[in-house]
Amino acid sequence: MDDSVVIQVDNVSKNFKLPHEKTQTIKSAIVNFYSRNKKYEIQKALKNVSFEVKKGEFFGIVGKNGSGKSTLLKILAGIYRPTEGAINIKGKLIPFIELGVGFSPELSGRENVYLNGALLGFSRNEMNKMYDDIVSFAELERFMDQKLKNYSSGMQVRLAFSIAIRAQGDILVLDEVLAVGDLDFQQKCFDYFSELREKSRTVILVTHDMGSVLKFCDRAMFLDTGTIQKIGKPKLIADAYVEKNYEKKIEKNSKNTKVAHISSVELTQDGKNITNYNTGDYCYITLYFSNPELMKIHFGFQIFSNEGTYCFGTNSKIEGMKPVGTSKGSVSLKIKLDLVPGQYTITTATMGENGIKIYDYKPNSSSFMIRRTVQTEGVANLKQEWINTNV
Amino acid sequence: MIRYISKENKALISELVRTDFKLRYQGSVLGYAWSLLRPLLIFIILYIVFVKFLKLGNGVPHYPVYLLLGIVIWNFFVEMTMQSLGSIVGRGDLIRKIKIPRWIIVISSSFGALINLFLNLIIIVIFMIIGKVSVSYDVILLPLFFLEIYIFALGLSFFLSAAFVKYRDINYIWEVILQAGFYLTPILYPLSKITNVTFQKLILLNPVAQALQGLRYVLITKSTLISKTVFGGGWGQYIPIAIVFVVFIIGVLFFKKESNYFAENI
Repeated sequence: MDDSVVIQVDNVSKNFKLPHEKTQTIKSAIVNFYSRNKKYEIQKALKNVSFEVKKGEFFGIVGKNGSGKSTLLKILAGIYRPTEGAINIKGKLIPFIELGVGFSPELSGRENVYLNGALLGFSRNEMNKMYDDIVSFAELERFMDQKLKNYSSGMQVRLAFSIAIRAQGDILVLDEVLAVGDLDFQQKCFDYFSELREKSRTVILVTHDMGSVLKFCDRAMFLDTGTIQKIGKPKLIADAYVEKNYEKKIEKNSKNTKVAHISSVELTQDGKNITNYNTGDYCYITLYFSNPELMKIHFGFQIFSNEGTYCFGTNSKIEGMKPVGTSKGSVSLKIKLDLVPGQYTITTATMGENGIKIYDYKPNSSSFMIRRTVQTEGVANLKQEWINTNV
Repeated sequence: MIRYISKENKALISELVRTDFKLRYQGSVLGYAWSLLRPLLIFIILYIVFVKFLKLGNGVPHYPVYLLLGIVIWNFFVEMTMQSLGSIVGRGDLIRKIKIPRWIIVISSSFGALINLFLNLIIIVIFMIIGKVSVSYDVILLPLFFLEIYIFALGLSFFLSAAFVKYRDINYIWEVILQAGFYLTPILYPLSKITNVTFQKLILLNPVAQALQGLRYVLITKSTLISKTVFGGGWGQYIPIAIVFVVFIIGVLFFKKESNYFAENI
């Protein structure tokens, strides 16, 4: 194993036996043993998953519910044992699958802090030293001698989080459930993530929120139905993830409707195909479609920056255009590109009359560049003017 | 061995024992006092019925203390095995969400029972002082008998707690076995009441019975029938000790094997 690799997952599979009726009494176990027809299904939660995580990496694992990411997380944490394959972990791995594991509602806040600390591997002495910091970080000074059952759920989460972040491990595995609670608390979580990043700690973040992957991760992995779809730069994973999700949506829809296909997308200025623009230029985004079943359709456009930021989106439904019902044709969007310099991609879609059902969806259907004619930063180039108000 | 008694594990066990202890008498007025009151009240009932009404202990010196010791030891055995039996399932939330050594859960619930045993023993010592029971120098054997019962109960606890994850009727089966054990162990009656030597031998194969008789012998009265006498010094007296080791090893191995799948089976 390479020196810089701290986690090595080698061909790991995990099967769960799902009995149709769980044998939890001895009688049924005996009956089943003799009748020999084992009534269970095998669910393959993970299939031949292999990857490596390097020291100091912020590694994201994304996937939808049921994709196997939680199973993988529990295998990394040592809670489940893989059916096949092996895992090598160098150093101490601390998993946060849920906040406040072991919290007991009948105990006081203080007692729960010590219990939770012990579960994270801290002795009573160490907890004594940290106790004041934990309480003040959670902003719960007045409540520590009350029973936990009298806390609001937000207070419980705050307390649990402020204990959890004391944990000292070489590798931290964070589940998305960490980022629950109000905006204020989410901000605290994100600050903590940023802090971990700055300290170059090895972190594995399991989530379905592409936003946090793009924001924090150095590398990410996209998991679907128990197999790795893609490993690479967050942007790559984000594309694959979004694409896959829409693919499924379209598949579902196209079962009964094979309509409103996007044939091509063009960017033009003064009738010429152009891909390089200056900030503030007008351009026409033209979408060609075929609609053999003469459905009434609406059109959607989205602009993404190269980093994956969703910059702008609109559709003909919300703009009040009448839906189109011709068998083929095109629509154009005249748009003023008030964007800061950079690379952008356009995503297009056709939708049903209600603007909800998606008939066709094309991520990266076209791309363009904004030349560096202005020095502003961010996403939008807002109209601005400097005024010196000194006399 | 060293890695089992690491700093983290010690801290965790002490917190879990503390929590269990705090939670046990949550909401009761007398609180911890119940740890002492419960065996005392049971003792009073049994004393009235068996000593005053049935006169079972006639001829046994210090029979009340003799009886109380039997009840305390048996209660410890029942409490420890029953609590451990449900401990893994009861701590399912921990097992499914964090990685802690699974055996710590069983050990910590056994420590809870040990604390209770210790408190009860204090009462016994008080009764012994009141009853002017004289103690001979062979009390140094005392820890050995306690150790025997503890290891026996621990082996059973490991086995039962792991089996309970898969088969939820272990609970009821074990209750019945304990009930049978209560009558087949000379707790209420002195072993000498049974005149058939074969039956005496059979009863003393039970490690709890053997250890209990031993405890009574060194603590209370030399008139207690012990294995050595019943088996006439033969190899039969070592069978209970062999049983303890076999049960412990089987229990630990079974637990170790099953513990890999606790998280998904609970």
